[in-house]
Parts: sequence; C-alpha cells; structure tokens
Amino acid sequence: MDLAQLYDQWKALMVAGEELPFYQNFFVKFYQAFIENDRWLQYLEGAGRTLLITAMALAIGIVLGILVSLVRTAHDQQRPGRRKNPILGVINAVCKVYVTVIRGTPMMVQLLIMGLVIFSSSRNYAAVGALTLGINSGAYVAEIIRGGLMSLDPGQAEAGRSLGLTYVDTMRFIVVPQAFKAILPALGNEFIILLKDTSLVAMIGGKELLYAVQGIYGRTWEQMFPLMGAACIYLVLVMIFSWLQGKLERRLRQSDRR
Amino acid sequence: MIDVKNLSKSFGDHLVLDDLTEHISEGEKVVIIGPSGSGKSTFLRCLNLLEIPSAGSITFDGVEITDPKVDINAVRRQMGMVFQHFNLFPNMTVRKNITLAPVRTKLMTQQEADDIATTLLRRVGLEDKADAYPNQVSGGQKQRIAIVRALAMKPKLMLFDEPTSALDPEMVGEVLEVMKELARDGMTMVVVTHEMGFAREVATRVLFMDEGKVLEQGPPSAVFGNPQCDRLQSFLAKVL
Repeated sequence: MDLAQLYDQWKALMVAGEELPFYQNFFVKFYQAFIENDRWLQYLEGAGRTLLITAMALAIGIVLGILVSLVRTAHDQQRPGRRKNPILGVINAVCKVYVTVIRGTPMMVQLLIMGLVIFSSSRNYAAVGALTLGINSGAYVAEIIRGGLMSLDPGQAEAGRSLGLTYVDTMRFIVVPQAFKAILPALGNEFIILLKDTSLVAMIGGKELLYAVQGIYGRTWEQMFPLMGAACIYLVLVMIFSWLQGKLERRLRQSDRR
Repeated sequence: MIDVKNLSKSFGDHLVLDDLTEHISEGEKVVIIGPSGSGKSTFLRCLNLLEIPSAGSITFDGVEITDPKVDINAVRRQMGMVFQHFNLFPNMTVRKNITLAPVRTKLMTQQEADDIATTLLRRVGLEDKADAYPNQVSGGQKQRIAIVRALAMKPKLMLFDEPTSALDPEMVGEVLEVMKELARDGMTMVVVTHEMGFAREVATRVLFMDEGKVLEQGPPSAVFGNPQCDRLQSFLAKVL
C-alpha cells in the first residue's frame, strides 16, 4: 500500500476527530513534518544555509580574533623601558572596548540591533546574521587566542629571541604552533557554540535551519516533529565536528609521544 | 669583549642589580656564584638584553647594545644562551630545534645547518636523537641539546643560566662534561651555577654576588681558598 494513500486516509480520520492509535498518530505527524510536499528538502536546504552562515561567521570571527589578539599581546609585550607606541595604544584601547562590549551584551540583543537598527534597510538577513555572529565570535576567539599566547612558558619565546630570531619568527615557529595546540579545544567549543547560535538568525528573518522549521510548523500546526528534526540535525552536525576536532587534536599531539 | 658600566636593574621598587661595573675579556670563563636572589641570573640576562637594564650601559665587541637603536637580534646571534629549564621547542624535532635559528637568520642553508647539527650532536654523543622530539629524551640530554642549539649559531660568547639546577643529580655530570670541553676549546663563557666543583676546575675568574653587587672576585684558588669578606665565608661554609 502506498504511504501517501495511507497518510491521506489516516489524516482524514484525524481531522474528523477520531482518536487514532499511537502508531497511526505518529505516522501521520511524521509524514506531515518530513515527507509531505518533499519537506525534507527544506530541512536539508536549511541545514546547508546554517553551515554557510556558520562558515562565514567563523571566517569573520577568526580574522577578527587573530587581529585583536595580536594587537593586545603586541601591546602587552612591548619592551619595557622604551616609550610605548602611541598608535598601538589607541588600537589596543579600541580592541579592549570591542571585546568588553561584545562579551558584555547578549547575542540576541546584538542581532536585533544589527538586524533592526543598523542594517534595517538590508533585505539580506542571513548575511547580516552571519556578520553579527562573526563580530560576536571574534571577541571570544580573541580572548581564547590571547589566553593561549599568554599561557605559554615565557622561556619558549626567550629561547627563540636569545638565538637571534626576530619577534615575528619567534611567534611564527615557536609560540603560535604551541599556542594553537593549546587552544584547539577551546576553539572547537567556540565553533560549536557558533554553529548552534546561528539558529538565532531566524529571529531577524535570516533563512537557515530553524527558519525553515518555523515555516513548516507554521503551515502544519504541528511543532514537535519539525523541532525534533531540527534538534537532531544540529546534534549530528556538532557530533561530526567534535569527531573531526578529536582527530586533529590527536594528530597535533604527535610531538608529545614519550 | 663585554664592558658593563654602572648597570642597575630594578623590578618595581625592588633593586636587583646595584650599579655593577664589570669587564669580561675574550677567552675568559667567568663563573658567578652567590645565594639565590642575589641578582646573578638577572645580571646574566641583562648581558643579552632578555632583561632591559634600568640604568647603565653594556658594550659588546665595541657596540653599545643598550642603545635602543641597535639591532638586538644581530647582537643576540653572537651570544649563545643556555637556560635552567632547557627551553627546547617541544613542537619540533631535535634537529629542527638546532637548525631553525641558523637557517631563519640566513647564517647558513638548511643543508649546512643539518651538517653542523649532526657534527655537534655527535660531539655530545646524541647523534641518534636528531629525529626525536624533546619530550622523548632525558633532562641531561635536553640540556646537552640546548647547548648544541646555542653553539650552532657559532656564538662568540656563551651564557649559562644555572644549566644543571633542574637536573637529576646523576645527569649533572654529563652536562658539566660538555661545558668543560667547550671551555677547553677556548669559548668565552659566563656561567651562573651552584656547582662549586665546576667553578674551581673551569673558571678563570669567580664572581661572588650578593644583594645586586659583586662583593668579591678573583681566581678560584683565591675565592675558594682564601675568601675575604664575611658574606662569602658564610656562603662557602654552607655550600661546600
């Protein structure tokens, strides 16, 4: 028997107000949420958009994070005794304000301000969302990177400098590779948070997974299955990423063999 | 070779080096002894500007290195430094640890640096460790590798900051042996250490420091055999 026919039959019973047994009830709602009108395509499309927004936000966040953390550490590590660079001082102050404001206000409020105030004339809600998430993520990434750079034994940089290596070479070959390994778990965590936070973009009308799900239950008046579907997709995406991250960490741990 | 004039260094309100004036000539093996907190390590670290002096000047080979305009990287290339905690780079193999600086500073090609690394590692008996990572070798081996890493830059002067203090007692000997050989080869050395035996055997001059000042100095026979000031006498009574 055809599933579509079964669905139509049982759906009619349900609409007529009949009390259906559990499995029929489940089937009707499941079919309605995922299969009717090929709705599963909307979930896939939504997941794809979610990944795209995540990728854009991640790129913005990492670039911002690296720039801000470089300014902050370069400022903090200036040769004492010498006159401090005034331009660096100003940029450092700007970076500090940025980190404080972004970390001190809720993501949701930032999104609404960006979507409804600053870019209120833009129709490209997803791009505005990605930009906001990127700016938000940048502040956290900056602090993660700065923490990683600061946590490294200062003797490592001293050894590099004592050999006559420049500051840049010391950072590039000695400090950054080690700091990167140290901050990878925190960065992965930040990425996971970012991936899940993209669901907030739906609130300013950006098309992504949750937006698609809202559209579906707006039509079917059945919330549980679409929302469960979205939750499962987020969960699977995060699990895939955690697995990749674990692989990378194991590879970077190569030099820890004893 | 090194002229230190009126060198002072303070951390905040704490005066660590108090108006030091000292001269170190080529070929000398200067051993600095003294109680902890006496400023020995700070003095050593000032010599290659890992610590920036608060006052005074340091001249190395006719160049005043405390002048802010001096290219400090170029100066540091000529001074090797060995640290108490080795400070090998754990993210690179031993060979890469040794060759990174000579290659990056364009002192030699990768091929030349590899050859030098092999030669020097053989000299300290560690040629089989070239492809190991620092975490895979013992403390004594780490320190010998750290010495090799500094030597690969062909420095004119070697600074040793308590090179054996972090080692298990049974590993101290192998590191001191390498340092003695280096001394025999005529390297100019400044060594901060608590190894009085080494000071006696290798030093051409011993400096006794306390509270940021050099209280007494001279050849080891005089400093150890006939100490003048009370502070040195009581220090030696405790450590010998």
